Amino acid sequence: MAEYNQPSTLEEVEKNFEQIKPLMNSTEAYYESGRCLFCYDAPCVKACPTGIDIPLFIKQINTGNLNGSAKTIYKANYFGNTCGKVCPTEVLCEGACVFNEQGVKPIDIGRLQSFATTKAMDKDLSLSKAVEKNGKKIAVIGAGPAGISCACELSSMGYDVDIYEAKSAPSGLVLHGVAPYKITNEEALKEVEYLQRQFGFAIKYNSPVTTHEQLTDLEENYSAIFLGIGLGKTASLLIEGEGLTNCIGATEFIEQMKLNPLQTFIGKKVIIIGGGNTAMDAASECARLGADEVILAYRRSKAEKRAYEFEYDLAKSVGVKGMFNISPVAILGTEKVEGVRFTKTEVIDGRVVPVENSEFDISSDMVIRATGQSKMIELLEQIDGMDLDRKGRILVDPESFQCKNPKYFAGGDAVNGGAEVVNAAAEAKIAAIGIHNWIIGEETLGG
Amino acid sequence: MPNLTANLAGIKSPNPFWLASAPPTNSGYQIMKAFDAGWGGAVWKTLGIPVVNTSSRYGAVNYKDKRMMGFNNIELISDRPLSDNLREMEEVKKYFPDHAVIASLMVQSKKEWHQIVNDVQNAGADGIELNFGCPHGMCERGMGSAVGQEPEVIKTLVGWVMEVAKVPVIVKLTPNITDITQPALASQMGGADAISLINTIQSLVGVDLDNFVPYPVVDGKSTNGGYCGPAVKPIALNMVKNCAIHPEFKLPISGIGGIETWRDAMEHIMLGASNVQVCTAVMHYGFGIVREMISGFEEYMIEKGFETIDEMVGKALPNVKDWEDLNMKYEVKASINKDKCIGCDLCYIACEDGAHQAIRIPENSTNRIPEIIDENCVGCNLCSLVCPVENCITMVRTDDGSEHETWKDYQVKDKAPNTFDDERAGGRGHYVPKPSDALKK
Ligand SMILES: Cc1cc2nc3c(=O)[nH]c(=O)nc-3n(C[C@H](O)[C@H](O)[C@H](O)COP(=O)(O)OP(=O)(O)OC[C@H]3O[C@@H](n4cnc5c(N)ncnc54)[C@H](O)[C@@H]3O)c2cc1C
Ligand SMILES: Cc1cc2nc3c(=O)[nH]c(=O)nc-3n(C[C@H](O)[C@H](O)[C@H](O)COP(=O)(O)O)c2cc1C
Ligand code: SF4
Ligand code: SF4
Ligand code: SF4
Repeated sequence: MAEYNQPSTLEEVEKNFEQIKPLMNSTEAYYESGRCLFCYDAPCVKACPTGIDIPLFIKQINTGNLNGSAKTIYKANYFGNTCGKVCPTEVLCEGACVFNEQGVKPIDIGRLQSFATTKAMDKDLSLSKAVEKNGKKIAVIGAGPAGISCACELSSMGYDVDIYEAKSAPSGLVLHGVAPYKITNEEALKEVEYLQRQFGFAIKYNSPVTTHEQLTDLEENYSAIFLGIGLGKTASLLIEGEGLTNCIGATEFIEQMKLNPLQTFIGKKVIIIGGGNTAMDAASECARLGADEVILAYRRSKAEKRAYEFEYDLAKSVGVKGMFNISPVAILGTEKVEGVRFTKTEVIDGRVVPVENSEFDISSDMVIRATGQSKMIELLEQIDGMDLDRKGRILVDPESFQCKNPKYFAGGDAVNGGAEVVNAAAEAKIAAIGIHNWIIGEETLGG
Repeated sequence: MPNLTANLAGIKSPNPFWLASAPPTNSGYQIMKAFDAGWGGAVWKTLGIPVVNTSSRYGAVNYKDKRMMGFNNIELISDRPLSDNLREMEEVKKYFPDHAVIASLMVQSKKEWHQIVNDVQNAGADGIELNFGCPHGMCERGMGSAVGQEPEVIKTLVGWVMEVAKVPVIVKLTPNITDITQPALASQMGGADAISLINTIQSLVGVDLDNFVPYPVVDGKSTNGGYCGPAVKPIALNMVKNCAIHPEFKLPISGIGGIETWRDAMEHIMLGASNVQVCTAVMHYGFGIVREMISGFEEYMIEKGFETIDEMVGKALPNVKDWEDLNMKYEVKASINKDKCIGCDLCYIACEDGAHQAIRIPENSTNRIPEIIDENCVGCNLCSLVCPVENCITMVRTDDGSEHETWKDYQVKDKAPNTFDDERAGGRGHYVPKPSDALKK
C-alpha cells in the first residue's frame, strides 16, 4: 500500500508535502544557537559557497540581535532564507560542522538561517544603505536565483536594473523545480518580494528574450547584460516511445505539479528514469501525490548514482523502490504508456554497456524522464562571440564571470551546468562585482 | 548609522570596546591584530619589573555543557622586558594613531613610578592605567590589591603618578573589598582622571578530588587566584553602579567584568560605564567576537534611537533605588500560557519545594500542565525563571497602579512590623500547609 493517499484538496497536498525543515520557534532557535561553539576559521563557513559568517549570525541570534543576524546572512547571500530551507546542508555547512567529528548532531544551521531571515522579512528590515543612483542601467535575463542576486548586488551599488523574465513569476527553479516539502511556493515568492522592496530593481514578466534583435536592443540600451537563464527542458532519451501520453520530462512534470498539484496526472505505477537529485525529487513527489508504486530505474550501480545519499533516503522513506544497473530500451504502449522495456547493464571501464539478452519489461502507466536538463543553446547562439564548452555551458572568466563577449556576464545553472541555489547566488554576486569593475575600467579607459 | 566613538576622560577610541590588560594584550602583535579585527582600544598587559610565571596557570568553572563560565588565573604581570614592550607600543601607535593604547603599570617606589610613567608616555601611550587590583602573587609583594585595598595608599600613589602624568590616568580597582566606593573616592582625591573596574575576584575554582589539590595544579600544589569571565558580570555591574551613583564620585568609569556579548557591554554602559574592557571572552573565542558586539550596539541604537554612546551612559541609573524606596503596593502574579507549556513541571516543584506552594498540578490531569494558585502566589518570579520555554510563564501585574507606598512610608505610617508576632507581618495572611501535610504526598 502507498504511504500517501492521492490528495483532493490543497490542504491535503500541504499535508502530504509537510515541510522537512519547518520554521523554528524562538525557544528552539535560542537553544540551538547556544550550542554553536563559535569556532575559529569555522569549517561550516568554508563549506558554504556564499561564505556566510555562520558563527557570527548564530551568536547574533543567541544574543537577541536578530536584525544583525539577518544582515550578516544577507550580506553574503541574497537567498539566505531560501537557502536555509533548500540547501543540501548535509553536504555543505552542516556536513562540515565540527560536532560531526564527535558523533554529536551538527548545528541546525539551515533552519537557524531561515529563522533569522524570516523575522527580517516579516518586519521588512532595511538591508540597503541609501545609495545614490549612478545613472547606469544593467539588463538581467532571467529572474531565478542568479538573476535576482545579481540585481540586488548591482542595485546596492547604485545601478538601475531591469530583469527580463520569460515566465509570469520570479524565482526560477525555486518556484518551478525545488521539492515542495523543502519550501512552499509562498515562501519562494516572499523572499523575492522582500528583496525587490529592499533593492528596487524592476522585473518584466512574460518577457522572454529570444531573438537577435531583442539582444541588440538590450546591448544598445544597457551598459552590460547578465545571463541568469538557467537550463532548458529535460533532455531526450532518444529511445522509442518517448512521445507516448504520460511519458514526461521530470522538470516539466515537477513544474506542473508545483503550480497545479491537483490537476497533475499521476500514474498508479510510475517509473522514474535517472539517478540524480531531480529523479529522487520526482519519485518522492509521485509517492506523495498518491502513486501506488514508484520505481527509480538507474543505469549504473547504487553507489554511482549522482543523487545525494540523503535524497535517496528521503525517497525510500516514502516508499520509492530503487532498481539499479538497468537501462530503458523502449517505452511501451500504443497511445499511452503501458510499460518500459529494460536491459540489464554493467559498467566496464566507466562506460555503461548492456548485458546481452537480458531484456525484460515492467508494466507502468507513467514514465518520468529525469535525464538532465538541456542547455539554452538556441538563445546563446543568438549572441555574438559567446564561448560554450562541450556540454553547452557558458564559458566565463572565473574571477569576474565575464563572457567572451565582454558586454555579457553569466552565472548560475547556465554556467555551472546545474548546481544548487546557493551556487547561483554566490556566482551572481561575484558577477555583479565583475560588471561593476568592468564598467569602471571601461570608463577610465575611455576618459 | 549610530556613532560608536567613545571618550573616557579625554581618551578617544573608534568604539567603546577595549581589550583589558591581560594575556590578549601581551604583545604589539596581538594588539595590532585586535585593532585590525575591530577593537577600539587596548590596555597593555601590566608593565613593571618583569615577573616569572608558573607553568599551569588557569582554571575554569564549566556549567553543564558550557565551558569557562567562570575563569581563574594565577598569572602575574608582564614577564617581558619593559624595553621590548615600549618599542612595540611605539610601533602600534604608528599604525593605529586613532585607537586607544593604554599602558597598565604596577611598580613600587616613587622613583619607579615616575620613570615608568615617563617611559610609556614617550612610547606614545594615550593613557595610563594603574593596576591596583591583582589579587594574587603581586599583593604578597605589596603591590596590586594590597594597594587597592588601602584607600590612603591609593591616594598617595595616584599623587605620585599625577606629578609626571601628561596623559589621562585611570585607576583599576580590585573588587576584593567591602565598599568599592572608598578606593574610587581615594582615586579621585589623588587626582586620577578615571577608574576602571573590576579586576579579578579572589577565588578557588575547584579541587581535583583524586589528588586532593585545588586547580590549577602546579606540581601537586595550588594557590588562590583571580576569578573572571561571564560568572562575575553581576558583581562587576553592581560595583560599577555603586561608583556611578555615589554623589561625591564624579570620574568617568571604564566597565570590566564578564563581558562576552553586546548585551553585557551595554549593561555596563547603562549602569554608568563610558566604555568597556574585555579579557576572558577574548581568551575563549579570540578577537573576532568584537564583530558581534559592534553589530549588536548598532542594531540596538538604531532600534532605540540612540545616536551616541554618551547618550546611553548611565541610562539605567535613575531606576536604581534603595530597597526602602521600592513600591510595596506593586503586585505581580505568575501566569502560565497553557499553549506553550511542555509539561516539565519544573515550575511546580520549584514553587512547591523552594518557594510558596502556589502551583498545583490538577488532579487527574493528563497533560501535566500546572496551574497557579493566585491567592498563594507572592510574585517572586522563581517559576518564570526556571521555565524552559520562552514567555511561557509571565508575571502579570495585578494591582491597579493607583497606590504607591514604600518601606519608608510604612515606617512613617506605622505599618512596619516591629514585634516578633506582629499582626503586620507580610506573610501573615499567606497560605502555608501544615507540616504533617508534607508526609501525605
Ligand atoms: C527538480 C529540481 C530540484 C532542485 N532542488 C534543489 C534543492 O533542493 N536545493 C537547491 O539548492 N537547488 C535545487 N535545484 C537547483 C536550483 O533550483 C538551481 O540550481 C537554481 O535555481 C539555479 O538558478 P538560476 O538562476 O541559475 O536558474 P533558474 O532557477 O533556472 O532561473 C532561470 C530563469 O531564467 C528564465 N529564463 C530562461 N531563459 C530566458 C529567456 N530567454 N528570457 C527570459 N527569461 C528566461 C527562466 O524562466 C527562469 O525564471 C533543483 C533543481 C531542479 C531542476
Ligand atoms: C590570565 C589573566 C591575566 C590578567 N592579567 C592582568 C594584568 O596583568 N593586569 C590587569 O590589570 N588585569 C589583569 N587581568 C584582569 C583582567 O584585565 C580583567 O580585569 C578581568 O579578567 C575581568 O574581566 P573579564 O571578565 O572580561 O575577564 C588578568 C586576567 C586574566 C584572566
Ligand atoms: S562548525 Fe558548527 S559549532 Fe563550529 S561555528 Fe560552525 S556551526 Fe558552530
Ligand atoms: S593554550 Fe597554548 S600555551 Fe597554553 S597550554 Fe595550550 S598550547 Fe600551551
Ligand atoms: S516550567 Fe514552564 S513548561 Fe514546565 S510545566 Fe511549568 S509552565 Fe510548563
